[in-house]
Amino acid sequence: MPTPAWHEAVIQAFKDNDVRLIVYVPDNVLRPLIDAVHADDFFTVFAATREEEAVGIVCGAAMAGLRGIVLMQTSGFATLANVLASLAVAAQIPALLMISERGTLGDFQIAQAIVCRTMRPVLESLGMEHHTMTRLDEAHFIADRTIKQAYKTQAPAALILSPLLTAQRASP
Amino acid sequence: MSPAPAKRNTKTMNRFELTARLVSKLKNEEAVIGGIGNSNFDLWNAGRRPQNFYMLGSMGLTAPIALGVALAQPKRRVFALEGDGSILMQLGSLATIAAVNPRNLTIIVWDNGIYQITGSQPTATAAAADVVEIARGAGIAQSAWASDEEDFERLIERALNGDGPWFIAARIDGKAPAAQTPREPVSIKDAFMRGMGTKAVS
Repeated sequence: MPTPAWHEAVIQAFKDNDVRLIVYVPDNVLRPLIDAVHADDFFTVFAATREEEAVGIVCGAAMAGLRGIVLMQTSGFATLANVLASLAVAAQIPALLMISERGTLGDFQIAQAIVCRTMRPVLESLGMEHHTMTRLDEAHFIADRTIKQAYKTQAPAALILSPLLTAQRASP
Repeated sequence: MSPAPAKRNTKTMNRFELTARLVSKLKNEEAVIGGIGNSNFDLWNAGRRPQNFYMLGSMGLTAPIALGVALAQPKRRVFALEGDGSILMQLGSLATIAAVNPRNLTIIVWDNGIYQITGSQPTATAAAADVVEIARGAGIAQSAWASDEEDFERLIERALNGDGPWFIAARIDGKAPAAQTPREPVSIKDAFMRGMGTKAVS
């Protein structure tokens, strides 16, 4: 059986946990995932104009019984400290974030590199569960367990997609 | 600095009074999301409802939260109560709402032209911005100013009985709410989830 691509492992974790709402601000690395969820009737998928708007949408949906996740890149995460602190963390809402990690492992854009260094310290300061996905054979496990824990503990959580996962070709 | 505002033919009303008029028309467990500050304080003062969510932080996100609720429960009508300063912070959300086109969502904006709670500094609507024109430009075709209290009620009736999304704006005065919502975000969320039927009543 061929090994699934990273985005297929992620989609399986979404389906296994009934995560049906996908709100994103686009990113080139996320493109295969965004294309695949757009093409799958299981999901309700649309773009928001800003990442914090997307977090608001997913928080409202979570409270009303629809599980959702926000897809973004590192620079988008850098706009989220206030909404995470004052809404998702404060009210204990399981908002899920999936962040394509830019600005590391060979990124040529200095702006991305600088903003990337703020990401984990912000997540740590907020006390948010976060895991970095680096390997295809662990991708489903990490996504699945993180989503389950977020809902069981009523807490937001972040899944970080490392270039180690997304930039490696499944079949060279 | 800025051009003189266009002559307005809308009555200056009161946020609490309009909120109470809205709440009195809600007979089907409609969800109401009250925006940061005075918008949710006056929702609180208009009577306790399990279907109310009082947003204590995250300024600007009332309409996005309401959109999420509307998507999760398409059979329930959902109202967002937002101030002019707050909606100006997240104008892109109006374009998203127009694109998603939820039939059960109504955005209400209380416009007094000031950041009232921080010392009444003027907002851009005090100069030239018109939130109804902005909403219409974002693609929410059913956008209107309430010209007086009766017109506000008529617009609410329309939003309760027809397909949205709707955008309703009202000019309001600078009167402060009588009391403030307790700052208890977890209790507020739990109560709202029980009101939405997504958490067991303990």
